[in-house]
Amino acid sequence: MPEHLDGDDKPSVSRRRFLGATASTAALPFMGASAARAVADPAVKPDPGALLNVSLTINGKDHRLGLDVRTTLLDALRDHVGLTGSKKGCDHGQCGACTVHVDGQRTLSCLTLAASAHGRVIETIEGLASTDGKLHPMQQAFIDNDAFQCGYCTPGQIMSAVGCVKEGHADNDDAIREYMSGNLCRCAAYPNIVAAINQAKTQMEG
Amino acid sequence: MRPFVYERAATSEVATQAIRAGIATDTAPRQGRYPAEFLAGGTNLLDLMKLDVMQPAKLIDITGLTQAHSAILVSPQALRLGALAKMSAVADHPEIIKNFPVVAQSLTLAASAQLRNMASIGGNVLQRTRCSYFRDTSWSACNKRNPGSGCAALDGYNRGHAVLGASKDCIATYPGDFAQALMALDAVVTVLGPDGTRTVPFSDLHRAPGSTPNVETTLRPGDVITAFVIPAATWMRRSLYMKIRDRQSYQFALASAAVALDIDDGGLVRQARIALGGVATVPWRARDAEAALVGKKLDPQTAESAARLAFGGAAPREHNAFKIALGQKTVTRALVQAATLEV
Repeated sequence: MPEHLDGDDKPSVSRRRFLGATASTAALPFMGASAARAVADPAVKPDPGALLNVSLTINGKDHRLGLDVRTTLLDALRDHVGLTGSKKGCDHGQCGACTVHVDGQRTLSCLTLAASAHGRVIETIEGLASTDGKLHPMQQAFIDNDAFQCGYCTPGQIMSAVGCVKEGHADNDDAIREYMSGNLCRCAAYPNIVAAINQAKTQMEG
Repeated sequence: MRPFVYERAATSEVATQAIRAGIATDTAPRQGRYPAEFLAGGTNLLDLMKLDVMQPAKLIDITGLTQAHSAILVSPQALRLGALAKMSAVADHPEIIKNFPVVAQSLTLAASAQLRNMASIGGNVLQRTRCSYFRDTSWSACNKRNPGSGCAALDGYNRGHAVLGASKDCIATYPGDFAQALMALDAVVTVLGPDGTRTVPFSDLHRAPGSTPNVETTLRPGDVITAFVIPAATWMRRSLYMKIRDRQSYQFALASAAVALDIDDGGLVRQARIALGGVATVPWRARDAEAALVGKKLDPQTAESAARLAFGGAAPREHNAFKIALGQKTVTRALVQAATLEV
């Protein structure tokens, strides 16, 4: 992908990348056009069409991206870095499916401009498990408590739940419901999500 | 989303100059707004840009000023809140929870945990209405979005709309919560503009819609809110925020009340402060209701008659008359509950 300046640190070919690579060549002229545009310093050249240099540390790795100024952090993660775990539900900050951590704070990546996140530390669902593959206690708790059906909201739920516990807002069921209200689950797995957070919080605190 | 020019401001002075420069290059307001906007948390602005309700030609990103303008300072004289403090930082501050409960509660009961981590309190008070006719550009008539085009809400579905402070040109509700706390506690706003710093009473920040509903505040182009100052007062600890909504959490108010009381040892009200949310076009101070309580014992009867006064000038439309009764009950309950607080 031409926008991805530092090339190749993807662990493997993702489903999206595979589909993208095997799709028709109709995408190629667009990508060529993107690559042809210079990466500009916006202070010097106020051109709305210029690509913007954005540096992000995502799950411990540094990424330098050249992005259209309108790109949200969510689109940067999904379409430019290939991390499609963070989901686009409403794209208006109402559903919580896009929740990631920015400098340790749970944040809606769909309402964050990638440009605004320049220089920040981003953690997504892909970075939550240990490098040896052991799941984070919250991930394991969601499995143990059957805290999802379709799973679409789950990455956002889990990132939000980790934030909820770290903030100290998971003292009891009422607090969990209140401080998780920004994550909607159309399958209504809410009771099991509360149970999962209760399970994980003792392990996280312990 | 439409393309825009993106700039980062390293200092607040640069930010205001950048806005002025942005306006100089393109003076025609779009959708009733000046063509350059500050970007802080972005939770309202980016949403409205995606909806094409707001179309700034230029964004001045002021998140780089966060460190300089996000301090929370509690002194015996006042609470000073840097405007780029996050909603969550203010809501979770132990001294604010204890000494200015209405401030902490108004923020905790607003939005979601993620949005509170993102949104600055300066941007929060400037958030724009949730009126569906404003937010949906397929409706051509909206004086706030498209000045002079009319108001589709007047005879449309107006269950969520304002019963206080409306005009024949706009009945959109002011959606925020924190602003009511600032109203009730006589907060002062510190504003940095192209010509320097000035202070404005918070009650003078918002403008009733009148015939120009697109002009929502008294801020001038290039002005940026840098702080809120809440003077310490005898009523600040006996204060609370009551918010009534369709859902228990993560929902805008149908009716809300920020109340603060100073009650003497004999149980008589020395001072009362009441501000209403969810029912008015701007953060709404109910001064008649406050005055009616002074010198009286606060009980359900006096609270209820004050609440009736608070809605004395209410003008309902087809679907929102319920807000008068709901608002009165909200004020009554808030006052009675505040009177029982141990401070």
